[in-house]
Amino acid sequence: MLAFSYVVAPHAETALSLVCGGSNATFIAGGTDILQLLQEGVIAPPSLIDINALPFSGVQTEQGEARIGALTRLSDVADDPGIRQRFPLLVQALQETASPQVRNMATVGGNLLQRTRCLYFRDATVPCNKRQPGSGCPAWDGLNRINAIFGGSDRCIAANPGDMAVALLALDADLLVQNVEGERRMRLADLYRMPDENPQHETTLASGELITAVLLPSNEAAGHSYYLKVRDRASFEWALVSVAAALEMDGTRVHRARIVAGGVGTKPWRLMRVEEALQGRPLTPDLARQAGNRAGDGAAPRAGNAFKVPMLQRAVERALLTAGGIA
Amino acid sequence: MDSQGPLPSTPASRFDIGLIVNGTSHRLAVDARTTLLDALRDRLHLTGTKRGCDLGQCGACTVLLEGRRINACLTLAVMVHGRAITTIEGIATDGELHPMQTAFVQHDAFQCGYCTPGQIMSAIGLLNESRTTDEATIREHMSGNICRCGAYTNIVAAVRDAAARGS
Amino acid sequence: MNSVVGQPISRVDGPAKVTGHAIYAAEFNLRNMVHAALVHSTIAHGRIDQLDTRDAEQEPGVLAVISHLNAERLPYEPLEKRPPVDPKAGEQLHVFQGPEILFVGQPIAVVIAETVEQARTAAALVQVAYHEQVATTEVRHDRAQPPTEASSKAGRGGGSRGDAEKAFAKAPVKVDMWCSHDREHHNAVEPHATIAEWFGDHLTLYDKSQWVDNVRSEIAHVFGMPAENIRVVSPFVGGAFGSALRTWPHVTIAALAARQVGRAVRLELTRRELYVSVGYRPRTEQHMQLGAEADGRLVAIIQDAVAPTSVYEEYAERTADPVLRTYSCPNVQARYRLAPVNANTPCPMRAPGIATGVMALEIAMDELADGLGMDPIELRLRNYAENDEAKGVPWSSKALRECYQTAADRFLWSRRSAPPRSMRNGRLLIGYGMATAFYPAERAPASVQAILYANDTAVVRTASSDMGPGTYTAMTQLAADTLGLPIERVHFELGDTEMPKAPVHGGSMTLASVGTAVVDACKALMANLPAGEMAEGHGARLRRAGLESLTATGHSEPGDEANKYSSAGFGAVFAEVWVDPDFGTVRVPRIVGAYDVGRVINPKIARSQCLGGMVGGIGMALMEQAEWDARLGRVMNANLAEYLVPVNADVTDLDVTFVRSSDEIFNPLGAKGLAEIALCGVAPAIANAVYHATGKRVRHLPIMPEKLLVD
Repeated sequence: MLAFSYVVAPHAETALSLVCGGSNATFIAGGTDILQLLQEGVIAPPSLIDINALPFSGVQTEQGEARIGALTRLSDVADDPGIRQRFPLLVQALQETASPQVRNMATVGGNLLQRTRCLYFRDATVPCNKRQPGSGCPAWDGLNRINAIFGGSDRCIAANPGDMAVALLALDADLLVQNVEGERRMRLADLYRMPDENPQHETTLASGELITAVLLPSNEAAGHSYYLKVRDRASFEWALVSVAAALEMDGTRVHRARIVAGGVGTKPWRLMRVEEALQGRPLTPDLARQAGNRAGDGAAPRAGNAFKVPMLQRAVERALLTAGGIA
Repeated sequence: MDSQGPLPSTPASRFDIGLIVNGTSHRLAVDARTTLLDALRDRLHLTGTKRGCDLGQCGACTVLLEGRRINACLTLAVMVHGRAITTIEGIATDGELHPMQTAFVQHDAFQCGYCTPGQIMSAIGLLNESRTTDEATIREHMSGNICRCGAYTNIVAAVRDAAARGS
Repeated sequence: MNSVVGQPISRVDGPAKVTGHAIYAAEFNLRNMVHAALVHSTIAHGRIDQLDTRDAEQEPGVLAVISHLNAERLPYEPLEKRPPVDPKAGEQLHVFQGPEILFVGQPIAVVIAETVEQARTAAALVQVAYHEQVATTEVRHDRAQPPTEASSKAGRGGGSRGDAEKAFAKAPVKVDMWCSHDREHHNAVEPHATIAEWFGDHLTLYDKSQWVDNVRSEIAHVFGMPAENIRVVSPFVGGAFGSALRTWPHVTIAALAARQVGRAVRLELTRRELYVSVGYRPRTEQHMQLGAEADGRLVAIIQDAVAPTSVYEEYAERTADPVLRTYSCPNVQARYRLAPVNANTPCPMRAPGIATGVMALEIAMDELADGLGMDPIELRLRNYAENDEAKGVPWSSKALRECYQTAADRFLWSRRSAPPRSMRNGRLLIGYGMATAFYPAERAPASVQAILYANDTAVVRTASSDMGPGTYTAMTQLAADTLGLPIERVHFELGDTEMPKAPVHGGSMTLASVGTAVVDACKALMANLPAGEMAEGHGARLRRAGLESLTATGHSEPGDEANKYSSAGFGAVFAEVWVDPDFGTVRVPRIVGAYDVGRVINPKIARSQCLGGMVGGIGMALMEQAEWDARLGRVMNANLAEYLVPVNADVTDLDVTFVRSSDEIFNPLGAKGLAEIALCGVAPAIANAVYHATGKRVRHLPIMPEKLLVD
């Protein structure tokens, strides 16, 4: 870990002014990913700006749009009665995230921005286009078991490792983002970039922008949603494959479906083909299987992660059956 | 500066911080990069909090931050300036072991003993969270603490026992 | 007074461990101690062209940067007789003695600074330029060679009897398959650490070690100094499983650094560094051939095992032993070959070689039973080895039949529906599998000092270790009973070279070796106790004789029994698995094991050992694998998040029974040793259960989901 300076930002304005303008300073909130990246020499920022004192904590779920402050700890979101009632999908995803200790520390905003677990990104002594642009992607023809089957190229096939982001995307979340000029609202779906030519750029946030809240629209999916996470060991592991299924039902018919997959994409991956297959049709075991089989459409697996295609197909099927209450 | 005093308002790389550890206020000089784990072990010589991975992946460094379990290795010491930390050294009272400590001994919930302080602090965190209703819940919510000697079933038995005694 | 031997008493070191007061190697707080951080090579083979330490030296707090450019020349005197924990051939890594690079992660410099943060920061600033050479980073079977004579003499070269090739060719029923397990890392939760402090020409080392005497003798040879000038202290070891048997290069580095800066130096390895600084269980590929008669009797077993070693040392395992000794079979051929690669040297990990051989043999036996349509237990009973056919001598004791019976009963094996994929619980496929466990019992010379004080307390000490199996407790029990003292009045000490010599704390030898010496020392003490009234306490007798204390020493070593008999622990392990056919995920709801390990000194702690072995076996069977990138010559998942070990949620019901057994031929205590056998058999039992659940035979461990999902 290289030396760095540190300061607690008392106000958002201070925090933003310290980070903007190419200073390469980094915000730190829960620290659960930043500390790993620092310890392993993956990042070496000159300065850390502690944003924990900013007034972005807390959950409001009374009515209409729910608001989750970006500094709310994952465990507090998962334990919030309003969230538990209205967004069980999110609670399920959070309960399967990391460990209880990490959930007590990690923040909603930080978790949205956690970096990939790609083995080559996390070892600072080997090439990685994301960590060291232009150095190559050893994962492409190497150890890519945990890497993405969607959205990658020979530049980068690092998978987004998140659980919460997958659930939030299925819940059609928006973000509030603050910068020196003020606040803007954006769709969570627009947060993540494809790696394309520049895998080092992971989000559409500009330098000096800060996520301050997650906004969740009211939906009718609470009774018909499910987060399914498949992993090697029974707990404390990132997803090999995960599926967030949020169904709004009209009787037995699927009125609206949002199906998002984790562990498989370079960003949380919305499965549009699956959603289309479900749209307006009665949810039956056959439909769930057919829709699940569409989940692999467009996948470009590598040698080490080809298993994710059938795993994802069956995970979607299972999530639909469970969400629909016909499992 | 007392242990509650403010930190400098401009970026710095050295700090005099205050930590309230097991009810005692300590003042110490740390780097910005000093983790809470290093501060406890190397500065305060409270080595009951163990280093296993420095990456939040093993749970050996689990302590309570104002009653909630966290990984001391994933926290910069300066980030918890002025706050109350409980470590394994702080849970026995007047020489009497905490019920969780007693239960760990009775159920042989460890072998080498190295992950044990983290397991116990995590288990106390679990008690505080009221998540000791059944074995499956305990197993899931104790999964942030790796025991390489494989004492898991005895750990679950110890947690159940301590929870029952507490209730 | 009631005997405590055989009683399930709680660990005597328990209170120290649950309060955080047990002090492990890195936790000794020495005055003026400074901190070290390593710089590692990033190439697999070549030479250091340039090593620029200027930036590192400019960092605040840095006292020195030591590399081959400025390190003192160390004599590395040849050892007349290598300790049993070191490879038998090749030459240990000489640190900082030249620019040659033999593997990724080789230590090439050390930074010493006032704080650990300063040292690590400076280490990251050392600039290195290499001249790279072609490296061998994959095991090539065509280049694999049998171990040298030195290894073979130590029982690691394989063996044979009869004519296995011929018998196999003629056998009516055959199994012919390849299997393997992946490279495993010990990953004890405590990282290796050493603190070194010099007092003139005397050196004290606080080290994570399973054998302080070995650290002393190795460092004496490395530095060319008298062993008496070195003290090694290691009272608690936070798990090791074999990784702390040897004395690794970082111990030398700590001592070297401390001498150079004239301060006490602490060197604590990071999790990632452990993957290149201490050894690992080598990935081993095995070709197994079994030939049997139609009634199941084995007529031929052929094993051809290939494993990697480093390019500088020949590390060989006893992978052939289980094949040679587990079953009755007239024709056996076990071949073992090694292929050098540019990697750090492997080392023993719980049941080294044996667990590997047992895995292949027991999966093959399951295939044979399946081919014969025979119950797997029945097949094993038909091939029960009444004698050790490899050595041609009887077993000193063997209660394996009782193990099969007991474990089968407790498991309710009779509920098993024999055809694969015939048991279900909803969507989950259920499988039952079993395997035999076997581990040779050995012991080695041990010495113990016992001191009785006039206040009716005793201290018993020896330079042994307790990495978790309960040495402190078992020895205290043995001493208390022999001395006729309550257990609270006996204090057992270990882990210091100032104490009488003990053997390596490995190979499941400690109880049989050290325990016998503890009893011997305590008996000697009792024999020398001044005469007194029947009811008179020991202390009173001492006081009446004007003595403050009385000291005796005890000793034990193997005798002629080792030639006349063969000794081993035995066990039967049964596992149930639940396989999700959609995802290929395997969970293990229960494991039942029954063991013949001789006399059990403390059933509570012995049970814990077996629980631990079962958890280790779950790891070996289902998740542990070092992911080696041959292009880069390194393990890429060198952490505890992507190198998966079992967590609490992976473990449900574990059931352990010790069958009635005592082996007083093997040693006077009747105990055969326990640590390693607890691991043996677990992984193949799980693998066999996965086959039973799914009908798919996975022969390459770990059984990750993709192996069940994709053909």
